Amino acid sequence: MTDNAMVIIGAGETGARAAAELRDRGWTGAITLIGEESHAPYERPPLSKQVLQEAGEPSPAYIVTAEKLKELRIDFIHSSRAASIDRSKHLVAMEDGRQFHYERLLLATGARPRTLQLPDSDNGFIRPPNIRYLRSYADALALRSRMKPGQRVAIIGGGFIGLEAAASARYRGCAVTVVEAGPRILMRGVPEAIARVIEARHRAEGVSFKLNASIQAIESSESESIITFSDGETLGFDVILAGIGAVPDTVLASGCGLTIENGIAVDERLNTSDPDIFAAGDCCSFPHPLYGGTRIRLEAWRNAQEQGTHAAGSMLGSTEAYSAVPWFWSDQYDLTLQVTGLPHTARTTVHRSLGATGDLYFHLTDDYRLAAASAIGRNGIAKDIRLAEMLIASRAALDPVQLAAPDIKLKSLLTV
Amino acid sequence: MTYEGWIAACDAEDIDEEDVIRFDYEDRTFAIYRSDKSEYYATDGYCTHEKFHLSDGLVMGKHIECPKHNGRFDYTTGEAKRAPVCNALQTYPVKNEAGQIWIKIS
Repeated sequence: MTDNAMVIIGAGETGARAAAELRDRGWTGAITLIGEESHAPYERPPLSKQVLQEAGEPSPAYIVTAEKLKELRIDFIHSSRAASIDRSKHLVAMEDGRQFHYERLLLATGARPRTLQLPDSDNGFIRPPNIRYLRSYADALALRSRMKPGQRVAIIGGGFIGLEAAASARYRGCAVTVVEAGPRILMRGVPEAIARVIEARHRAEGVSFKLNASIQAIESSESESIITFSDGETLGFDVILAGIGAVPDTVLASGCGLTIENGIAVDERLNTSDPDIFAAGDCCSFPHPLYGGTRIRLEAWRNAQEQGTHAAGSMLGSTEAYSAVPWFWSDQYDLTLQVTGLPHTARTTVHRSLGATGDLYFHLTDDYRLAAASAIGRNGIAKDIRLAEMLIASRAALDPVQLAAPDIKLKSLLTV
Repeated sequence: MTYEGWIAACDAEDIDEEDVIRFDYEDRTFAIYRSDKSEYYATDGYCTHEKFHLSDGLVMGKHIECPKHNGRFDYTTGEAKRAPVCNALQTYPVKNEAGQIWIKIS
């Protein structure tokens, strides 16, 4: 047991950034970083892209290597799970019996893939066998080993993980079918115009879509899995990947009585209902000052990184509110998509052509402030999305005519 | 006009103020910057974090931001300024001769 220790549970993007930031900000006491996986902290975005596609043997993209953690005197406890938290004694109890005393604790437990459940004959639910998920490096390796040329791959869920995996499976020469319950892909978070571009691109690359799909049963034998749909169609597959969303990992937090509200509820400093416990990244919901204090939860790489950094400051006593504009990206084939802000909070959308680079959409509130912007095209869309992010943060009222005019530079609107 | 070791890259007016363009030479790629004071700079074209063209990123003051992960560099010195980038960017000498931008890449 160590006194004056900062303990972080979860060694993903958020936990790793928080640990490094604590040192950066001059914390000289002990830092313990606890992770379930055996690897040093690594980046998850490549798991659905580079790791699946790479011709040679892939390796994790480390955020910090084990050597660097040692150099920073961060005690990295890998391959271990925390079992419970004793708030009155300030102790984290591990499944293997070890205990860690904390002065301040950060929960960076992330989210887990939502598991596919199908109705059974007794009005209950069953979890069909042989369904793969994609969250960890081990998941990606297992999926990769099955993505051989000619293999039939079903992707259940037309969200970002599923679509990126679909593009990677095509890249590896698999026959790919995307199964989506909704009338179109990417129902959450992107305007229909962008979803249409992405769907058309996948179709052009040879991906089949089954939209408005309702799965009745999945039967698995040694040679294949057969999906039976409510419309009577049956399709056989060699691999089934489910990408149907994620569930925040709140088990430890609820086990010790912290407030849960679509994730571990934190305030604008990322402090939970216990003054010595903080939460950040995919596992927490937080009030966003740019959106009237609405409580939101984000599953995004940049948020994970920035909240990890922010939480480190709060653990050391900073009272600063977390107010970063949400930002998200996805790559499929050579198409890139970026979204900043919260599109669902907007009322109207204005289109700006970026020529050969792509298309940009501004999502405006009733009073013509920018709530969000989204773009599809080549990597060059990043410039305008970054400027849109600054326009969102500025909360200035904007002229839709100027926003739509490609010859008016967004940079010029920032200074007004 | 030619100079030993210098490559004619572009016209000074090819780059907007406070912006960047991509310049490919043989099998290499570079980014050439024009600051808000119309000073010119050059760096390697790819971000040191992952291989993305910095010329797709946004220039603000003396910083270039990677289009993909928002890593940030000071393009006048190559210094890494913001995670996830931690390795500095190679910079190259630039000169503006009568509206012609030259860079020295060897």
